[in-house]
Amino acid sequence: MTPKVLSVRELRKHYGATVAVDGVSFEVNRNEIVGLLGPNGAGKTTTINMILGVLEPTSGTILVEDLDIATKRSRVLERTNFAAVYAPLPGNLTVAQNLRFFGLIYGVQDLSARIETLLEQFDLRAFRDVKCGVLSSGEQTRVSLAKALLNRPALLLLDEPTASLDPAIAREIRIKIQEYAAAGRVGVLWTSHNMYEVEGVCDRVLFLSHGRILLQGDPRTLPAMHGKESLEELFITVANQPERA
Amino acid sequence: MFSFRRTSSIVLRQFFLMQGSPARVVPLFAWVAIDMVTWGFITKYLNAVSGSGFNFVPSLLGAVLLWDFFTRVMQGVTTTFFEDVWSRNFLNIFATPLSISEYLSGLVLSSIATSSVGLVVMLVLATAVFGLSFFLYGALLIPYVLVLFVFGIALGVIGCAIVLWLGPAAEWLIWPIPALVSPFAGVFYPLSTLPGWMRFLSRLLPPSYVFENMRGIVLKRPGSPAALLWGAGLDVLILLGASWFFRSIYHHAVRTGLIARYSAESLS
Repeated sequence: MTPKVLSVRELRKHYGATVAVDGVSFEVNRNEIVGLLGPNGAGKTTTINMILGVLEPTSGTILVEDLDIATKRSRVLERTNFAAVYAPLPGNLTVAQNLRFFGLIYGVQDLSARIETLLEQFDLRAFRDVKCGVLSSGEQTRVSLAKALLNRPALLLLDEPTASLDPAIAREIRIKIQEYAAAGRVGVLWTSHNMYEVEGVCDRVLFLSHGRILLQGDPRTLPAMHGKESLEELFITVANQPERA
Repeated sequence: MFSFRRTSSIVLRQFFLMQGSPARVVPLFAWVAIDMVTWGFITKYLNAVSGSGFNFVPSLLGAVLLWDFFTRVMQGVTTTFFEDVWSRNFLNIFATPLSISEYLSGLVLSSIATSSVGLVVMLVLATAVFGLSFFLYGALLIPYVLVLFVFGIALGVIGCAIVLWLGPAAEWLIWPIPALVSPFAGVFYPLSTLPGWMRFLSRLLPPSYVFENMRGIVLKRPGSPAALLWGAGLDVLILLGASWFFRSIYHHAVRTGLIARYSAESLS
């Protein structure tokens, strides 16, 4: 079986004359955490939305485990999941109700046992019957991650999963995701503006700017290869690049 | 492949939301009960003052009951959809394997459950307190209910599509739809009362066939199964059109990115 979990080829998204994503191609392999980096408006969330099937590409293909989302949407999304800071779970349902609701949609087998495992894994037992809307940011992030792992996804998309979290909780979340990625057969696509986090977590990074991938490689060696001292310095250089005509 | 399990998740979510939420449970029966009581006494009063011997209960109270049922069916669909609007859940729910057919079926199943509560309350009040007898309508009562049910589902789906298209504030355009349709449907008066242009529009509305039929039976005229069949045919066409409309709006929202940025209401 192919080690590729996600294969994105020549992906483009235009809004009229505005080009949000401009011919992006990349892959995510099993047991690999890939960082999708770039300044605000670079096209990271647009790319993730297209992979999630909530935004139709202008052109290009997206394959998850060799299934094309354009023609096999349900089957692709059965093996995909996501957590994003801008997509909290419904605040008027409790933690357990949200997990059961989404578990049914994702067709999770032995759902009750899976919910118990995730409540334990993300220290959410005490909040089982608490409405998500009253949880703190850190607790809500943990619930979102529990939901993201419900269906044991082959592809996990994390859009700034630790944004707005304090450093201690952010580290705890990073460890849990790394543990999951190491134990399972999952490929992770991770966006973040925290370069320290990216260096610690990602096996490979893609620098996106003005909708194009400008650089890619190992976050620990990439800065030196481009004459920069740190990933943050490299990020700032890439972010300041003018748009190509 | 269609999954009943995924469809049932929408119903289960509604059940979760109703648990311990009087704001969601009370409207299932309270407003229809108030309607029954108000119109029940109005019909009693009309019976007393008209002196004609004509019984207003089956024509007026029966009409109000059936119209309220249609309204509850439509709102059963729209309020289930609004739960996703109110909780800003579109990204979470539309980035799952749930298909549009499964989602719409979930809205319909939720509506069946919630509108049944209102129907039972209305039936109990209308029959036990005001003496409305459904034996008068005979077997035609079943097609009456079915035609109104399907029309309620269709208008509910159209309402959802409009809100998906125009944004959360468009909810205020959806609530008054039954009141807008009511004058054309001839709920309380024969279609012959209406001017020509209104009668033309009435003929395009399935409920008008139900209420014309119902009034005919009350006046001891034979029912017209052919007219009801015509109404049912229109129902099916409108339902198919509603489903197509929702799908078109959804695909427009996926193409333009509106689903992912729904709270912005528009992309301009």
